[in-house]
Amino acid sequence: MTARIFVPFDTTARALGADDVAKEIRAAALHRGLDVEIVRNGSRGAFWLEPLVEVETASGRIAFGPVMPGDAEALFEAGFPGPCDHELSLGVTSEIPWFSRQQRLTFERAGLADPLSLDDYRQMGGYEGLDAALQMTGQQIVDAVKESGLRGRGGAAFPTGIKWQTVLDTDGDQKYIACNADEGDSGTFADRLLMEADPYQLIEGMTISGLAVGATQGYIYLRSEYPQALKILNEAISKAEKAGLLGDDVAGSGMAFHLEVRLGAGAYICGEETSMLDSLEGKRGMVRFKPPLPAIKGLFQKPTVVNNVLTLAAVTTILAKGAEYYKDFGSGRSRGTLTVQLAGNIKRGGMVELAFGHSLRELVEDFGGGTFNGRPIRAIQCGGPLGTYLSEKQWDTALDYEAFAEIEGMLGHGGVVVFDDTVNLAEQARFAMEFCAIESCGKCTPCRVGSVRGVELIDRITSGEQVDDNMLVLEDLCETMVEGSLCAMGGLTPYPVRSAVREFPEDFRSE
Amino acid sequence: MALSFEEQLNAIINRFRDVPGGLMPLLHAVQDEFGHVPPESVAVMAKALNLSRAEVHGVISFYHDFRTSPRGQITVQLCRAEACQAMGSRQLEVYAKQRLEIDFGETTGDGKYTLEPVYCLGNCACAPSVRIGDDIYARVSADRFDQLLAKQDGSS
Repeated sequence: MTARIFVPFDTTARALGADDVAKEIRAAALHRGLDVEIVRNGSRGAFWLEPLVEVETASGRIAFGPVMPGDAEALFEAGFPGPCDHELSLGVTSEIPWFSRQQRLTFERAGLADPLSLDDYRQMGGYEGLDAALQMTGQQIVDAVKESGLRGRGGAAFPTGIKWQTVLDTDGDQKYIACNADEGDSGTFADRLLMEADPYQLIEGMTISGLAVGATQGYIYLRSEYPQALKILNEAISKAEKAGLLGDDVAGSGMAFHLEVRLGAGAYICGEETSMLDSLEGKRGMVRFKPPLPAIKGLFQKPTVVNNVLTLAAVTTILAKGAEYYKDFGSGRSRGTLTVQLAGNIKRGGMVELAFGHSLRELVEDFGGGTFNGRPIRAIQCGGPLGTYLSEKQWDTALDYEAFAEIEGMLGHGGVVVFDDTVNLAEQARFAMEFCAIESCGKCTPCRVGSVRGVELIDRITSGEQVDDNMLVLEDLCETMVEGSLCAMGGLTPYPVRSAVREFPEDFRSE
Repeated sequence: MALSFEEQLNAIINRFRDVPGGLMPLLHAVQDEFGHVPPESVAVMAKALNLSRAEVHGVISFYHDFRTSPRGQITVQLCRAEACQAMGSRQLEVYAKQRLEIDFGETTGDGKYTLEPVYCLGNCACAPSVRIGDDIYARVSADRFDQLLAKQDGSS
């Protein structure tokens, strides 16, 4: 009997040597005359266990990990791929607590199969959302999304259904769906994981969105830092076209939806929606004034839905299983599930999908297992480079949009970056300003100039120059940036800076 | 028969001439072909797309990815973002610059390596991250950085 062995070809798995592991497993099996089929699946998101090798058995898939290059021979010696007792053996994959304690909706399929197999996608419930949508009017689809309570997952948490309603209600000879896959926040990789592990879900979600608002062209604006996602998306789109799921006649409905990936070019600001639209138009990624909203005048001045990868993907679940099903997850006004990405100095890092409402401490300690190097945690940055640094007394905050807003934090795209006790928060605050100076589009002065002045000020403070006075100037500068910037880049950069000053003042007075 | 520079450039331009918002994919294609965006291509692209040279130049200079001068044979990108900082990327940055004897944006004397900063490769659970070509590497210590360079030396 052929043994089916799974070796992920996700970016992180490959970055840890998964390609070599696959080769070694093939060679070791060949050497022993064993008949094996190696499936290159997506990752399940447990990056601390990557490369996570699995074997299909009668009692479910069993896992081994992390299987590093050089480990294969010893595994085979112990009986792999048959029953074997080896220190890398993790038992049945779905019973590993890190997985079994999650509530996966959007990432339910991630890592289960070859991400490019349309048959596998369909077998696991894929395209049920589109099938349902094809029986509905555009207004009914928009109503279902409204009813679900889905809010944008890019960071701003705007109600998705309301945005779609605006596009649906706006007349236009051409409308667009623009997927924001410019996942530039450090500490986030959920979009990448989804695109690499379950690309058809995004394609299906965008198709549904097109049907809902009457858009016939979609673009995925993908950052150039994700070469593996680019390959997988392009191949998946081409397969979906061949299967008649994209193109002039989507699934025989007579309705058209075309999809194309456009590559960014290393500009963080293009994750801001209006800057992204300018970039998609082939221009400098300059932030636009709002209004007009992109929903009314977006790409090429046409009505445009701009949504994050996870938002568009979540739509498939809402359509396939109903708005009520989705809404039943979550707390307060934060409905559905949240995808938390545990990153930085963390023992068990990766993607955790849970209903809203769990505390940050639960995530970082129970799922994350503390720091990678075993030192005490000192600071946690949530929500990317524009997110606040949280000190220990704030870690019991529930992970939902409103609870975080109360402590002047933000969940953003769900990135959680853990720092140990060697971190210097004055250095981190300086970096926040430096990053803003590097990545500012330059359109508004508070962001363009303020960030440069911010770096200079923090340098003066840390060198002990008129510390009290300069701290006042820094706070004044932060206020100017928050109040006067055109978009979130300059408007939120003060958040990590202010939180560092507020929660870790000792780091600014080193002498 | 080898095509001349103009023929190659025009062949690429023709692929994107009628693509809405085609300048970005065009610039990527030009850079993929020539290793950088040659300054002499700017006027040709501008004319074909009915843009001013200033507009094309403006786009090239806005994005970190686009270069107007040749790079080394191998581009090494070090992630400088927060998740990597939490795992020692600041130290790795110092080490890599010493090891290659260049700063960010520079190319080694033998024309082999160009060192660049990058802000997040989406590999943040297994930091620090380094990108060489289209390959990304996780948990890169100083030792592993040396191994990666040795691998490049062995394969070229």
